[in-house]
Amino acid sequence: MRNLIALVYNELLKTVKKKRVLVVLLIIAVLIPVFTYAQYRTVQTTIQQMGTSDWRSILQQQIIDNQNRLSSNRMPEEWKKLVRLNIQQQQYYLDHDINPMAPGAPTFVRKFTEESISLFLPLLVVVVAADIVSSEHSAGTIKLLLTRPIRRWRILLSKYLALLLLVSLIVVATAILGTLLSGIIFGYGGWELPVFTGFQEINGEMITDQVHLVPQWQYILMSCGLAWFSCTAVATLSFMVSVVVRSTAAGMGIMLASLISGSLLTQAAPSWTALKYLAFTNLRLTDYLSGTPTMIEGMTLPFSLAVLSIWSLASLVVAFTVFVKRDVLA
Amino acid sequence: MPADEEKILFVENLSKRIGQREIVTDLTFDVEHGEIYGFLGPNGAGKTTTIRMLVGLIRPTRGKVQIGGYDLGKEPLQALRHVGCIVENPEMYPYLTGRENLEIFGRMIEEVTPDRIEEVVRLVELDQRIDDKVKTYSLGMRQRLGIAQALLGRPKLLILDEPTNGLDPSGIREMRRFIRQLAREEKISVLISSHILHEVQLLCDRVAIINKGRIIQIGPVDQLLEGDSPVEWKFSPLDRGVKVLESLPDVTILERRDDGLVFTRIPEDCIHEANRELLHAGVKVQTIHRKSPTLEDIFLQLTEGDSLA
Repeated sequence: MRNLIALVYNELLKTVKKKRVLVVLLIIAVLIPVFTYAQYRTVQTTIQQMGTSDWRSILQQQIIDNQNRLSSNRMPEEWKKLVRLNIQQQQYYLDHDINPMAPGAPTFVRKFTEESISLFLPLLVVVVAADIVSSEHSAGTIKLLLTRPIRRWRILLSKYLALLLLVSLIVVATAILGTLLSGIIFGYGGWELPVFTGFQEINGEMITDQVHLVPQWQYILMSCGLAWFSCTAVATLSFMVSVVVRSTAAGMGIMLASLISGSLLTQAAPSWTALKYLAFTNLRLTDYLSGTPTMIEGMTLPFSLAVLSIWSLASLVVAFTVFVKRDVLA
Repeated sequence: MPADEEKILFVENLSKRIGQREIVTDLTFDVEHGEIYGFLGPNGAGKTTTIRMLVGLIRPTRGKVQIGGYDLGKEPLQALRHVGCIVENPEMYPYLTGRENLEIFGRMIEEVTPDRIEEVVRLVELDQRIDDKVKTYSLGMRQRLGIAQALLGRPKLLILDEPTNGLDPSGIREMRRFIRQLAREEKISVLISSHILHEVQLLCDRVAIINKGRIIQIGPVDQLLEGDSPVEWKFSPLDRGVKVLESLPDVTILERRDDGLVFTRIPEDCIHEANRELLHAGVKVQTIHRKSPTLEDIFLQLTEGDSLA
């Protein structure tokens, strides 16, 4: 055990000294202000379009409209429930003096996580994961690693554990940097803001029975957890590719191509239902939280988690088998 | 076969087939404690494949390797515990300092203390530069860092694949001195592969000559050198001289060349007698040149048939 910790430490040391981690953190630190500014521009445009920009009176009017709809007899009961939740949310904005158009750093982080879970975060993960094994091959240092009196699977396990830690670092760093940097413009309030969740989709219909409000901080924690899960699956697949392909450039190319086609294919062919069994069409786990309809029928949170887990497990089996068995010829 | 106490490395019928090609066939040899053992052959003879099998990088198709009495196939950890190696180039992490590299590899072996790292650094004389990044090192320094890495775990057997490859003449001389010192003072057995005959000749106690994946000769270096010691003569008139030499009991004529040179096999203490006989017979002796046979000669002699085929 002590031995394994030392090995994981070695791997982390190499990644840090290779400045891989630094590059990834820099990418995050540069892109978040860009997105913050983009968001800020959108908010400004919306406010301009609404003219007077007195959002309080607009919100008040919306609440009154909603209350009127509630008193109508023709509205089905489940709709009424949604409308009540909506009123609750609007009332919260009003009570806590939060402009729903520009609601603060936590909302930015929530949106950013949702947007980055399918491509941006996985790309960063690939940058770290793709060379964790293949770089040892291209540098020739694999010969030094594998001639130590240590079993090969332990060497690979230490690399995988180090990778999991790095993935966690990427997700946490995105959340923290996102909060800190966007807060400079949007302010740091809004953690308690109520957010809808609990949507279900059955046979293509959105079921709202379970819909409820949760404080935003809780929602962010859940999104980050799901983002971590997606990223771990991506990391595990890249890890396998890194073991099998042995060339960092080829490995990275394969992973980027699969990631991008994964997100394009669902949009290109939503009727092709077999796509839902691919790993990279299941990355948008936060959609299940926010109730965004999935592109392909029959996808649920447990389904996506299961697909990603199966792909990850299969990758690990392949990676460990190949790594332990293969001759190091060059 | 029981583990032999005298042998640090024992290899039996080691073979490796990749696809249809048998790269190494039935190698059997052993290395004794404190011995410098040469593994000599041209490029592509199977030296590197063999060495990779000895350190567990390649799984043999057949045969066994025993290091310090432990079977590499069955107890790889105990077997590898006794081995330090550099396989081909001394590749280290260039973005780390020499010391960080050693610390990384030290953490992979039990009982490597910071003191031990200090000790090997002094031993390979890298103390001045050990805290610099490896990418700033010269090839010679990298080679020495590679050896420091190999020595960390106090191995009983050091395996070096082409240790002087790419070094300049002074680097080569230094490396030789260093390897000898290791064998003598630290009592480490050293297995060196090389395609340079001269190098093996200067450095090794015993040598195995390998060609096309097979061992074609094993023996102590000086014994291999003893066998033939041709003496080159030049005299005139040629025919009379040859007749005189043929009449002497200890002399064998090996070759008579058109340019007037005669090669003979003759014991060292008979040379002056032969010379006297020639003078008596009125033969004018111009040159007596004792050619010390190099491994090159032996090697060519041994592999001649192959290269022609």
